[in-house]
Amino acid sequence: MATVRQLSVNGRVYNTDADSDTSLLFVLRDHLDLTGSKYGCGEGQCGACTVLIDGKSRRSCITRVGDVAQMQITTIEGLAQGDHLHPVQQAFLDEGAMQCAYCTSGMIMTAVALLNARRDSSAAEIARSMEGNICRCGTQPRILLAIQRAAKTMNDSKQ
Amino acid sequence: MSRDFNLETPLEPERYELFAPPAYHFDVDRREFFRFLGAGVLIVCVLKDARALQESGATQGATGSSLPKEIGAWLHIGENGSVTVYTGKVEVGQNIRTSLTQAVAEELHVPVSAIQMVMGDTKLTPYDRGTFGSRTTPEMNLQLRKVASAARDTLIVLAATQWQVDRRRLIAAEGKITDSQSKRTVEYAALVKGKQLTETLPVDDPLIPAAQWTVAGQPLPKVEGRDFVTGKHRYPCDQKLPEMLHGKVLRPSSFGATLSSLDTQDAEKISGVVVVHDGNFVGVAAPSAEIASRAISAIRAEWKFQPQISNKELFDYLKKNSAEGGGPLDSPFRYEKGSIEKALASADHRLQQTYTTNYIAHCPLEPRAALAQWSGDDLTVWTGTQRPFGVRTELAAAFHMPEERVRVLMPDMGSGYGGKHTGETAIEAGRLARAAKRPVKIMWTREEEFTWAYFRPAAVLDISGAMNKDGKITGWEFHNYNSGAAGIPTFYDIENQRIEFRPANSPLRQGSYRALAATANHFARESFMDELALLVKMDPLEFRLKNLKNERLRTVFQTAAKKFGWERAKTSAGQGFGMGGGFEKGGNVATFAEVSFDRKSGEVKVVRLVTAFECGAIVNPDGLRNQLEGANIMALGGALFEAIEFENGQIRNGRFSDYRLPRFSDVPVLETVMIDRKDIPSAGAGESSLVGVAPAIANAIFDASGVRLRSLPLVPDGLRVA
Repeated sequence: MATVRQLSVNGRVYNTDADSDTSLLFVLRDHLDLTGSKYGCGEGQCGACTVLIDGKSRRSCITRVGDVAQMQITTIEGLAQGDHLHPVQQAFLDEGAMQCAYCTSGMIMTAVALLNARRDSSAAEIARSMEGNICRCGTQPRILLAIQRAAKTMNDSKQ
Repeated sequence: MSRDFNLETPLEPERYELFAPPAYHFDVDRREFFRFLGAGVLIVCVLKDARALQESGATQGATGSSLPKEIGAWLHIGENGSVTVYTGKVEVGQNIRTSLTQAVAEELHVPVSAIQMVMGDTKLTPYDRGTFGSRTTPEMNLQLRKVASAARDTLIVLAATQWQVDRRRLIAAEGKITDSQSKRTVEYAALVKGKQLTETLPVDDPLIPAAQWTVAGQPLPKVEGRDFVTGKHRYPCDQKLPEMLHGKVLRPSSFGATLSSLDTQDAEKISGVVVVHDGNFVGVAAPSAEIASRAISAIRAEWKFQPQISNKELFDYLKKNSAEGGGPLDSPFRYEKGSIEKALASADHRLQQTYTTNYIAHCPLEPRAALAQWSGDDLTVWTGTQRPFGVRTELAAAFHMPEERVRVLMPDMGSGYGGKHTGETAIEAGRLARAAKRPVKIMWTREEEFTWAYFRPAAVLDISGAMNKDGKITGWEFHNYNSGAAGIPTFYDIENQRIEFRPANSPLRQGSYRALAATANHFARESFMDELALLVKMDPLEFRLKNLKNERLRTVFQTAAKKFGWERAKTSAGQGFGMGGGFEKGGNVATFAEVSFDRKSGEVKVVRLVTAFECGAIVNPDGLRNQLEGANIMALGGALFEAIEFENGQIRNGRFSDYRLPRFSDVPVLETVMIDRKDIPSAGAGESSLVGVAPAIANAIFDASGVRLRSLPLVPDGLRVA
């Protein structure tokens, strides 16, 4: 049985002894104590477990840890630079885009991947990109506002 | 059984939210309290029931050693000026940690950042029967306001005594007392230094009127919001302890199945695995969740089970298995006024219809989770629940131990919507931890949450109406089978009524849900109103207003109609408009829906929802708007496509790939008008705002297609018109 000995998460190399077939989500949560990524469904349907793999969003609950052992993994814990929140995190706070907030880290990671790829998306395009993330509390309208706000902040700071 | 009721006082506690009085009375030594909290000022809010006790002994400035037993909440101001508030209410995403903090900040005149709220810890906080039924804002918000304003008055008295001046000269603001004449100031921290002062107060002290609120009534962002956007907050499922094991339970093949044979040898051979077999309970504790799953797979079990009905036979079954005046739960509701028989006999128009609603699942995004730890004979459990004290009772019963030996803590959790009143995972984790002699955590999978939790009750609703030819309703007969009495009385003015709720033997485990039966009862009533209006060819709004006297309800209907543009002409084929509204748990709501219906594809889409809402004085407008929008989106799922499919004791669609929840593309344009009535005490808003959505959509679909849909969900597979 193959074992993953090292994992690069949030710019840091962690030593592990995870079976390569284990889901990345459980390695993050149980082995590395990075509990910001959430279990919601275990079948890639709700997006609560979303992380970035080499900058692209991926459902960690259905990702084998063995498949990403050589890649750069970013979780919600790795997004802020010290005390400075990522613009998407800040925008979620500013828009009050959460109720229970259990979906929030997955929403933010999905949005970060989207804005890294494209910052000029229309509201409808953003909504389409977020279709795989569930918010049962019903804060979708605010989440869309937050992502649009973050896009604007990121565009402004680039210029 | 008949009784009078009016809309302002709920006539019947919801069937599934009836509770026995607390078995445990909080009793604490005040010296112990100060040892625990440090010196300072302690303000204790005494509930009405304990007034006699309080009046006979511990009054203002109590110096006795024990505190009154019936306590609503308490507040402590420490020597460093920090304010700690203790309440048995819990935060499940409705943002009461924020709205309650705001209430205290307002009355005590301290910044929000100086306040820490300790919630839902059965050891530290006063008894509370649970966070449900939209009671936090009308009850706990008020209690904390009173506690905080008493604390402020105590501080003013302390300063007046210290300075030897008239207390009326002193003003509390920004954590300081200021003498308005000499301009001398003293900080709260300095005032309470070295003190061990306790004040108790009854619940009906005067308060700042809503019109003079400064902090309350303003938007306040979620307190500790930063922990949620950085992944730092630890939900129940994120709790950990040293030496902790992961638990998993072997599930029966179907509901009600019993074990006929069991072989756990292979599971026991796996290193580090503890297997527990106790009656029909079989579970494992293992060093990791993966090993626990492997151990469960290695167990061979055979189950005996009885054939059970499927969702296809559900509604006939519920009617056939319903009770008339007694039955499985002996609190049927029956209300009679005038003579429905005479009204029906003499009416110009008579109409009879049946409506149904399916079981639906709460689907909190965080499934149930618990971490249990034994220390000698004492049990501590961290778990996600809306009733930490109720879970403590369940644990004490399950393990045959006194409640005093059980402590339940409730970290802010990943929502509940009425679905987490019970302590299944707490008991499972507790049982495994006792056997393993180590802490054990259980996290249910999504499939377990769908199968072994409980559902919003299904309903059959029969209505008969009698009406004059001018559109005046003269008779109203309403029967709800199985789903409950919440929202069952009609708010329309009708001379002759018979309203009845009949409990039934539910084939599935059912329980509370956000707004519970009020959704089914409003769906049936408000759909039927449109059907009656059609009989006399009246406009649905005009028809409602003709039969409605209640001013608060008239206002929300008229306000929403104006915002929606009810009079405006249709602009495209397949467009439909509809309305629904009502009154529930202190909130008045009217919802207007616009749908689009594509005849070719059968697709029905909700384009726009306009809501007018009024629940008295508004505490936090942003928080209220968030609740209203969320309620609309949640209600959309149950209205359009959510339904539990089951057969032979198994759930057939118990995963997110099979059970459709509202997603971004389902969210319509939401417009909300919030009516602020500063002259009316605040009521909760998390539930009442759901009830108009389903009937508004059903009525709009009829308007668009000519098809009257009488079962929820309305269009799980679209709408085909021949």
